[in-house]
Amino acid sequence: MKIEDFLGSRKKDIIEKWFNRVIETYSDDTAHFLKTQKDPFANPVGSNILSGLNALFDGLVSGGDEKEIEAFLDRIIRIRAIQTIFSPSQATAFIFDLKKVIRDIYKNELNKSDALMELLLFETRIDSLGLAAFDVFVKCREQIYEIKANQERSKIFRAFERAGLVTEIQEE
Amino acid sequence: MKNLPKSVELLSGIDHKPPKQKGWMDTPVEIRKGMYCYASNPKSVEYLSLPNARPWNPLEDDWKLPENWQQILHDGFKERLERFRSFKIFMDICVRCGACADKCHFFIGTGDPKNMPVLRAELLRSVYRNDFTTAGKILGRLAGGRKMTLDVLKEWWYYLFQCSECRRCSVFCPYGIDTAEITIMGRELLNLLGLNIDWIATPVANCYRTGNHLGIQPHAFKDMLEFFVDDIEEITGIRVEPNFNKKGADILFVTPSGDVFADPGTYNCMGYLILFHFLKEKYGLDVTWSTYASEGGNFGFFTSHETMKRLNSKMYMEAKRLGVKWIIGGECGHMWRVIHQYMDTMNGPADFLEEPVSPITGTRFENAKSTKMIHLVEFTADLIKHGKLDLDPSRNDNLKVTFHDSCNPARGMGLLDEPRYIINNVCNHFYEMPPNTIREQTFCCGSGSGLNAGEDMELRMSGGLPRANAVRHVHEKYGVNMLANICAIDRAAFPDLMKYWVPEVGVTGVHEMVANALILPGEKERTTDLRGEPLPGMEDEADE
Amino acid sequence: MNVNYIFSLIAVVVLFLLSYVGVEAMGLQVIFGVIIPYAAFIVFIVGFLYRVMGWSRSAVPFRIPTTCGQQKSLPWIKQNKIDNPSSTGGVIIRMALEILAFRSLFRNTRMELNDQKLTYKWEIWLWVFALAFHYSFLVVLVRHMRFFFEPVPLVIKIIELLDGFFRIEFLSPVLKVGLPGIYISGLVLLASVTFLFLRRIVNPQVRYISLAADYFPLFLIMGIAITGIMMRYFTKLDIVAVKELTMGLATLHPTLPEGIGALFYVHLFFVSVLFAYFPFSKLMHLGGIFLSPTRNLANNNRAVRHVNPWNYPVPVHTYEEYEEEFREKMIEAGLPVEKE
Repeated sequence: MKIEDFLGSRKKDIIEKWFNRVIETYSDDTAHFLKTQKDPFANPVGSNILSGLNALFDGLVSGGDEKEIEAFLDRIIRIRAIQTIFSPSQATAFIFDLKKVIRDIYKNELNKSDALMELLLFETRIDSLGLAAFDVFVKCREQIYEIKANQERSKIFRAFERAGLVTEIQEE
Repeated sequence: MKNLPKSVELLSGIDHKPPKQKGWMDTPVEIRKGMYCYASNPKSVEYLSLPNARPWNPLEDDWKLPENWQQILHDGFKERLERFRSFKIFMDICVRCGACADKCHFFIGTGDPKNMPVLRAELLRSVYRNDFTTAGKILGRLAGGRKMTLDVLKEWWYYLFQCSECRRCSVFCPYGIDTAEITIMGRELLNLLGLNIDWIATPVANCYRTGNHLGIQPHAFKDMLEFFVDDIEEITGIRVEPNFNKKGADILFVTPSGDVFADPGTYNCMGYLILFHFLKEKYGLDVTWSTYASEGGNFGFFTSHETMKRLNSKMYMEAKRLGVKWIIGGECGHMWRVIHQYMDTMNGPADFLEEPVSPITGTRFENAKSTKMIHLVEFTADLIKHGKLDLDPSRNDNLKVTFHDSCNPARGMGLLDEPRYIINNVCNHFYEMPPNTIREQTFCCGSGSGLNAGEDMELRMSGGLPRANAVRHVHEKYGVNMLANICAIDRAAFPDLMKYWVPEVGVTGVHEMVANALILPGEKERTTDLRGEPLPGMEDEADE
Repeated sequence: MNVNYIFSLIAVVVLFLLSYVGVEAMGLQVIFGVIIPYAAFIVFIVGFLYRVMGWSRSAVPFRIPTTCGQQKSLPWIKQNKIDNPSSTGGVIIRMALEILAFRSLFRNTRMELNDQKLTYKWEIWLWVFALAFHYSFLVVLVRHMRFFFEPVPLVIKIIELLDGFFRIEFLSPVLKVGLPGIYISGLVLLASVTFLFLRRIVNPQVRYISLAADYFPLFLIMGIAITGIMMRYFTKLDIVAVKELTMGLATLHPTLPEGIGALFYVHLFFVSVLFAYFPFSKLMHLGGIFLSPTRNLANNNRAVRHVNPWNYPVPVHTYEEYEEEFREKMIEAGLPVEKE
């Protein structure tokens, strides 16, 4: 059995473990909420992470399209990029959690020939996903700074100011 | 480099679990960049003669507080317990059932447990128990009490400016405990020590002086509206003629100044101008704008009850001076909470005005017979119902619209079906977001109550996530490309929020869509909408 | 280990020992059977009134209902008269639903259609058990009134009968085993209070916000329920003697009949502590809910003026001051002015 097929057959288990590890990066009480509230609108963080992980996993196993994978990465990282409780490494490290999950599940297969080689090859895919995650993270952060800088409001306000249409209190 | 794992850890994977949680009282506040707004400018604080005007920085240890700040807070707390039954009851009766815990958009988006409404309130309650209850005085920590220290004060400041006073938690509370009310009191107390944020303090000072949050002076206000008049003429061929400070007009119109200076509110403002012109031409309705009362919004509401009253006073004073019959208010959220639930009590009775009756339809607005001010959306819905507007909804056919209920009109008023009625009459494609995200359960834009600054963008983006998530759902499911709302803060905040979460969706006020559909007498064939975008089927003409 | 609930548990155990040893070893029946119950009753009444009067003394400066439905506006728009009441009648219905059916707490629950099957979310259990808890408590309380009336009023008898209809009897010609009628209320009370406790320690969110003051009443009520159930079903209790004691209390001629076990005094002591503790605790939500300004006011703000008793004048920026500052610019821009 190829590693992709093996992992595919254990998808439910892997996703559950992976999801739990991502959720555990939040504090206990928040994690409980993120895990138990199944309504996607009451719990956008939990639901987007779960659907994102599912899609990422499928992409890894089937060698999906790069653009598509990036879109799913975006779903998760876009959220973690604005959650200031995380440093950049904490925000993106969840990708590498998948290694740990897969090693646990795959370790009994390792005595078969080629198994280790296959695992290592698969893990390089996870590594490149990790690098892609970094790109997405930076993209999201750049966007935040761009929005901050181009705040429509202040832009127009400054236009007013230049035109001498507003006065500041200090003119008193 | 402290986060680099050791080789042993590499095999077992890095553990990202946060350290074992301590009780919330033992977790000191950490003021994070992106989550707070800059401190108030001393000049603005001084202009209103509010206490302790001085430059200060939340990130520094020394907040430059008055010597006896604890006493000031204690006395202020006591006074407010006597003045507000709401405050006293909400301090006493919470059973910490947790029903509100996951209803707050800031908790959902940030994952910070202190953003659970119950804990936000407990920040104040713990001090209340220590200072004002027998059990707290004797048992201290065991009764859930704690002393007011500098750390506690900083925690108050940080989290009371992470609440947008949207009242969603209050809907789910079995006793109706309203965190907005607690935040309002908390911010009032903080203001006694000069601990406001500048995004609130400076607009308040501006509004006090020039009549609006931006400090737009009278001549500039007029200039701005005249820019719009030119634009409207270009698009429709009709020159509208707004009145300013006109004595003896039928109606005084007040709208948030955000509509006058920032896109896409400006298009909504053009919408108002077009509607009033139509009503004047067809039915002779005489509406005036005021440069003195040129702000519907009221950031005083986010400062203290007293400041709110000081700013709000202009509406009635101006209505009286101009001798109008009654007042119409534009599309705004917290403005309408102030008008609906506070204005008449604070600055009334408005016995110099008439009970509002639409001269066009004869409808008596009995729900506003004392305050004498009605919402433009109520007014327009009534006009449409009586067939008084000539509408061509197909001019909005390129829009697939969803409607965001703004918090204050939804939970502090109940203005839910009127805007929907209008939207369904001026455009053909309308889709609701999921039921637990609209009407009284609506999610805040994440930027309400004076938090729509630039420096707290991470806070705004995370607080707005639940709303954006629902918008993304209707965007993906129905192709929705326009988020309609009736709030100036929404119109200022949503473009940023959408840019980050659902970039394909635009933002509009309801009256912009009304004006696009409204056929003015004698207008030329329109090829573009108010934004200069081609109308459906006019793509070629518009290019010429 | 959570210090908050450990402390509360210890407190209740101490209370148990205090009363048990006090009666069994030291013969302090007078204290636990007469003095403390009277004192607790007085503290409850006075404390309750004091708190409610304290709330009423605070002003209601603004009318701030939380509106949870369509307002009353144009005649052809259907108002939600219960969730957004504009009249006193509407407010009464809203309050009644709130108090009798925990309407707002019910919003916490959601139904969902999964594979054509209606499923309820976990949160519904908070609503169910909160209702079960409060109603079973009420029934237990009413049922106990039989100890304070002679003859027992019909209403109480009926409630008792309904409560006890679930009777376990084993009847056969040879063997007749019958338990005394089992009162559902007592069991439901114990079950629901246990649920509320477990929810507090199992759900990390609720655990995080819970204080000692949240666990203490739960343990105390558990203690009351357990001692009550013990006496009714497992240990022998001289009902006649108990009634003599309670009637003595009720008629202000306290007597201490012989033959009442210490367990009864523990039960009575727990109840006394609960009563005395009540006014100083969150249990006052019983009174507070009636006064909650976001629920007990009509949303008719713009139609009927609300008066703030302490409304004081504030400094304002008048039009005259405004024109004074900007007059020239206004004239230049063609804006009308009062003084040329």
